[in-house]
Amino acid sequence: MLSGGRRASALTRLLRHAFSWLVVRPVVLIGLGLNVRHRERLPQDGPAILVANHNSHLDTLVLMTLLPAGLLPRVRPVAAADYFLANPIVAWFSQTVIGIIPVHRGGRSSSDNDPLAGAARALAAGDVVILFPEGTRGEPEEMADLKLGVAHLAKRFPEVPVVPVFLHGLGKTLPRGSFIPVPFFVDVVVGEPLFGHENHRAFIHELGQRIGSLDGEIDQPAWR
Amino acid sequence: MTAVLDRLHPNLLIGLGGIFALLIVATSIVWIIRGAKPDLDLGDVPPRIRSWWVMVAVFTVAMVLDRTISLFFFAFVSFLALKEYLSLIPTRRADRSVLLWAYLAIPVQYLWIGLEWYGMFIIWIPVYMYLFLPMRMVLIGTTDGFLRAAGTLHWGLMTTVFSISHVAFLLVLSPEVNPNGGGPALVLYLVFLTQFNDVAQFLWGKAIGRRKVVPKVSPGKTVGGLLGGLGTTIVLAVLLAPYLTPFTRGWAATAGVIIGLGGFIGDIVISALKRDLGVKDSGDLLPGHGGILDRIDSLTYTAPLFFHFVYYLAV
Repeated sequence: MLSGGRRASALTRLLRHAFSWLVVRPVVLIGLGLNVRHRERLPQDGPAILVANHNSHLDTLVLMTLLPAGLLPRVRPVAAADYFLANPIVAWFSQTVIGIIPVHRGGRSSSDNDPLAGAARALAAGDVVILFPEGTRGEPEEMADLKLGVAHLAKRFPEVPVVPVFLHGLGKTLPRGSFIPVPFFVDVVVGEPLFGHENHRAFIHELGQRIGSLDGEIDQPAWR
Repeated sequence: MTAVLDRLHPNLLIGLGGIFALLIVATSIVWIIRGAKPDLDLGDVPPRIRSWWVMVAVFTVAMVLDRTISLFFFAFVSFLALKEYLSLIPTRRADRSVLLWAYLAIPVQYLWIGLEWYGMFIIWIPVYMYLFLPMRMVLIGTTDGFLRAAGTLHWGLMTTVFSISHVAFLLVLSPEVNPNGGGPALVLYLVFLTQFNDVAQFLWGKAIGRRKVVPKVSPGKTVGGLLGGLGTTIVLAVLLAPYLTPFTRGWAATAGVIIGLGGFIGDIVISALKRDLGVKDSGDLLPGHGGILDRIDSLTYTAPLFFHFVYYLAV
C-alpha cells in the first residue's frame, strides 16, 4: 500500500502510464472531449493542490489527463476510504493504479488523528494532490458547501498553490448511481491559484467564490 | 501501398493532391504577408489554415486507405457532431439513457451503409428511431418538456447522423454510377465544393458584400457573398465534373447550384441554432473554425441534396 509521500515503484509507474494512455486518455479525450479554458494556469510541477467541484467518478480521471504526462506517478487524488477501500479489488486498483490517498470521511477517526496526514505527506514529497472539498459527488451538476479540510492543508503549506478548477458535464456523463457513461463534451475552467492562510472560513469562502466565478464563465443551464 | 493506389482512380489522387496544393498556396500567402507586414493582425486566419491542414490530412488518410475505414471516419464525424449538439442543447436528466440509445443509432446507420442496404439506410432514423426514442422517453415517464426533448433529439439525429451519412452512402454506390472514380470521387467532389463554397462566400462577402441577406440570423452573410460564392461554385463544379463525376455540363451546373445554395442554407440553419442557444461557436475542437458543427454545417444540407440528385440521375 502506498502511503502519502512514498515514491511509486517502477512497476506501479508502468501500470499508471498504461492505464492512462490505454484507458483514461481515449475515454476522456475521444469518448468525451474537453473544452479547456485557461489551461496555462494549471501547475506544471508539484507540489500543488488541485481543487474541483465533484459530480462524477470521472472528475479525477479528467483532472489527471490535464496535467503533464510525466507528472502522472506523482498525482494523488484524495478519496473517501469508506467507499474506495470497501472491497479489496477496488482498494488495490484505487491505491496502486490511480494512486489515491484514502481519507476517512466525517472528521477524525480513532486510528488516524489527522484525516489529511496522507495528503500532507504527499505535498511534503512534492506531489500534486487532487481534492474535492464538497466531500461527495452529490446531485449532478450542483455544487454543495465546501468542507474545511483543504483550508487546514493549505495553511500548513502556505507556499503551495491551490488551483481551483470548475468541471461541467461529467455529472451528465456519469452521475452518482449510474454505471454506463453517456458521452458529453466536458467544460473545464481553470482559475488563478490561491494560497493558504490563518483564517480557514475566509479561505473556504474565497475558494467557493472563485469556483463559482469559473462556473459563471461558461454559463451552462441547470440540469433537470 | 500499390494495392491502395490501384484501387483508387488516378483522378481522385490528383484531386486530393490539388487540395494539398491549395493549402500550400494559402500557407505561403500567410507567410509572405507575415514577412512583409509583421504588425498586421491576421485574426483567426492562421489557426484556421492550420486546422484545415489537419482536417485535409485526416480526410485524405480516411479516403485512400480502405472503404471500411472511410465509413468509420464518417461515423466518427457523426458521433462528434451529435455529441457537440447534445452538449449544447438543454437535455433532461430523465433522458440520459435515451441519449445513449440515440448514440447507438450511429453505428447501426453506418452498418446499413456498409451492407449497401439502401432501404434500411433511408428509413432507420426517419422512421425507426423517430418511433423508438419517444417511446423510451414515455416509458421512463417524465412528461415535463416531453415534446421539446423528443423534437430536439430527433432534429439532432437527422442533422448530425442521417444527413451526414449520405456522404458515406456515396462511397458504396456501384462503380458504374461514376466511371470517373466511382463513389470516392463523388465524395471528394461534394465535400470539396461544399467547403470551397463556404470559403468563396466568405471571401466574396469581404470583397463586395454590402446588403445583408438574413441580418437576424447571421449578420455576416451578404447578398454579394452569396451570389459571388454561388457563381464561383457553379464554375468550379462545371470545371471539375469531367474528372470526378459522370455529369454533363448542364447537370454539373445544377450540382453547383445545389451545393452553393444548400451550403448557404445549412450554414445559416446552424447559425440559427447557435443564436437560439446563445453561443458563438458550437465548440473549440477546430481552432479558428469553432466546433465540428461549425465546419459541417453546410454539409448537413448539401449531402442529402447532392446524394439524391446523383441517385435520381444515375441509379
